[in-house]
Amino acid sequence: MLVFGVIGIIFVITQGALVWSLIRYRAKGNEITEPPQIYGSNPIELAWTVIPILIVFILFLVTTRTIYSLDMQEPPEGALRVKVTGHQWWWEFEYPDLDFVTAGELHVPKGVPVFLDLRSADVIHSFWVPRLSGKTDCIPNRENHLWFQADEIGTWYGQCAEFCGTQHAKMLIRVISEEESEFEAWVANQKLDAPQVPTPLNGKEMFLSLACVNCHNVNGIMMQGGFAPNLTHLMSRDTIASGAAENTPENLKKWLRDPNSIKDECRMPNMMLTETQIDSLVEFLTTLK
Amino acid sequence: MIDKPYSPRSSKLHEWVTTADHKKLGVMYIVCGIIYLIVAGCEALMIRWQLAVPENDVLSAETYNAFFTMHGTTMIFLVGMPILLGAANYFIPLMIGARDMAFPRLNAFGFWLFFFGGLLLYFSFLGGQGLSGEEGAPDVGWFAYAPLTSTTFSPGSSTDYWIISLFVAGMGSIMTAINLVTTILTMRCKGMTLMKMPIFAWMMLVDAILILIALPTLTAIQIMLLLDRQFGAHFFDAQAGADPLIWQHLFWFFGHPEVYILILPGFAFVSEVTPVFSRKVLFGYPLMVIATISIGFIALGVWAHHMFATGLSPTVLAYFSGATFLIGVPTGMKIFNWIATLWGGQIRFATPMLFAVGFIAMFTIGGLTGIMLAVVPMDWQLSDTYFVVGHFHFVLFGGLLFAIFSGFFYWFPKVTGKMLNETLGKWQFWFLFAGFLLTFGPMHFSGFEGMPRRIYTYMPNRGLEFYNMLSSIGAVVQIFGFGLFVVNVLHSLRKGKPAGDDPWDAWTLEWSTTSPPPPWNFATIPSIASRRPLWDTKHPDDPDWKYE
Repeated sequence: MLVFGVIGIIFVITQGALVWSLIRYRAKGNEITEPPQIYGSNPIELAWTVIPILIVFILFLVTTRTIYSLDMQEPPEGALRVKVTGHQWWWEFEYPDLDFVTAGELHVPKGVPVFLDLRSADVIHSFWVPRLSGKTDCIPNRENHLWFQADEIGTWYGQCAEFCGTQHAKMLIRVISEEESEFEAWVANQKLDAPQVPTPLNGKEMFLSLACVNCHNVNGIMMQGGFAPNLTHLMSRDTIASGAAENTPENLKKWLRDPNSIKDECRMPNMMLTETQIDSLVEFLTTLK
Repeated sequence: MIDKPYSPRSSKLHEWVTTADHKKLGVMYIVCGIIYLIVAGCEALMIRWQLAVPENDVLSAETYNAFFTMHGTTMIFLVGMPILLGAANYFIPLMIGARDMAFPRLNAFGFWLFFFGGLLLYFSFLGGQGLSGEEGAPDVGWFAYAPLTSTTFSPGSSTDYWIISLFVAGMGSIMTAINLVTTILTMRCKGMTLMKMPIFAWMMLVDAILILIALPTLTAIQIMLLLDRQFGAHFFDAQAGADPLIWQHLFWFFGHPEVYILILPGFAFVSEVTPVFSRKVLFGYPLMVIATISIGFIALGVWAHHMFATGLSPTVLAYFSGATFLIGVPTGMKIFNWIATLWGGQIRFATPMLFAVGFIAMFTIGGLTGIMLAVVPMDWQLSDTYFVVGHFHFVLFGGLLFAIFSGFFYWFPKVTGKMLNETLGKWQFWFLFAGFLLTFGPMHFSGFEGMPRRIYTYMPNRGLEFYNMLSSIGAVVQIFGFGLFVVNVLHSLRKGKPAGDDPWDAWTLEWSTTSPPPPWNFATIPSIASRRPLWDTKHPDDPDWKYE
């Protein structure tokens, strides 16, 4: 706020002086002689050297104090810890103390500090949810930290803030803050293995027989991937493709038919599936509650 | 005219291609710069078209990424650099009373390196392959952050085009900077001590020194990146364990001084135009020199303010924040000195002056938003958002480009012997001014709302539609401004009023010779006693040298 005040005052003074001299000293048209030539003035020039130095010194002190007080390296008391990994072009959220992994949507309890370990699997990304905190980069071979606290219930939108390739724009984040009890329920569900529900169209067998499992994990069914989002509780998410589309059966079909139709050049290949295969796959996916 | 015994034929084209004359080279630089300005402007228009509404599909993601990369790269390396080098080339010898640059053939070599570097960059639209193998032009951003540029994530050849073309053009700029420093230090006319040079020459001197310090860093990391990509080296290869932040440090060690390399010539133009049209001597010349040198020094020590969000330690953050605040001081001194020059004058609002005043006002705003970005916690919020895009367009469009137009209207009569049309010039100013504010003002707000940079589209209902629509409308308004400029130049070249030697009643040496100047500039080399030799001639009763 101090900064806004200082900048506002400087703005008014300089633009005011500028406009005033433009109006006041406009050539009247009939002047023949040149105006008095003023070469400079040591006291005045000294003043507009020293005063700005003092101003920026104060701004520097204030900023430094804030930098040190906001030190992001140490987790605050009682914080929920989440490992965030940026991938081209989706977010992986691992809750190490609770022992499960999800993607795209970060659930947090209201009023509890959340401490993030920020990492990247490929290029540089930047985790940013504007209404909750500033941004911090996810850099390969490094680990950065960030913490925030959502004091209200709601959905907070964010996205990657460092250009990371073709689909940088569709690397969206949702932070969902909820009451402690709702969060507990969500966590309990996430910790479960995938529900074993009969799939009359042979969806599960289809999923295992196609190349899906090379990249996607489904806990309790097949765990050999990890390169792509974990699908164990896919249906507990509101969106697919890192927020690029709503999570509906129609969109899932569209996505399987041709991922590029939702997110051009994304890393999920077009598997050239037949409509029958797509139907049975979606049947299986929609059981992953 | 002098004989040209070495030239077997006398065609106009041959004359221009083989010239080593600083004025012809200066004109060629500026003409190239303006052509690229129009090209990069069209790229920006496509960007604004795509972003006018959410989830637009005028451009694919690949094409959009190529356009914003090429827009930035072109504006910096193929518009800003050649226009500043061209202006320095043309006017430094004239202003310091020399017949040419110190190394005329090196000068020509530097120009042609720039010329072919630019062509190579644009050839990538036909010959290159982008990130996903579809779009031809480079699409990794003008800053080309590692490891996105490694062969794993950028397998196509477009990144190699980016490296090699800028490497070639950059070598040209380094040579021209050597030439400028040598010329200014050794070829001043009799009586012109360093402290009696026009302020233009001082600013260009500091500028050329900055180029010499900063640009080789870019050249070096481009060679390293090329080794990574072509020969399997691992300087920036994160998958082989390299720390990708090293690219950012080295890139911004070039990249931030580059901002001052671009804006110092803008200061130079405005510092010549403002006094002449206020009819007053520049206020506080020695302080202006000190401020220019300080900017040069501090500009070399602020680079990591581009990296506040990369997880630097609090000590490093505090230092770079402080240094960034500090650079506001000499910049502020300049603004105050310009306003003090206006104060008490008899201001004539010819087109060069309109643009100069527009520069002072808009650059001040760009400077103040820069101070906001130096506040680290604020930067964590605003860095890499449209707030930054708005900020630096106030510096480079409202600042540099307005200064370029100011200088263009001021010196066009000297270069061509014809006046530009004042009515068209004023319309151009007002269209550009309105279009500029409408385009870049709202970007500060969309940045605050949470719109990151370099996204090819954005989601509806996140509070971004209104600001983006305003920005796109502003871009359309700008078309009229640029259109009037092109019409004005083409018209005035043929039918402009004859200018005479000194149409603005100005004071520096270039106005003492004919318009356009003869091949060797002056019939006899002048000798001077003050910073405003023509003022002394015009006011023998009250010359400047008494007061300096």
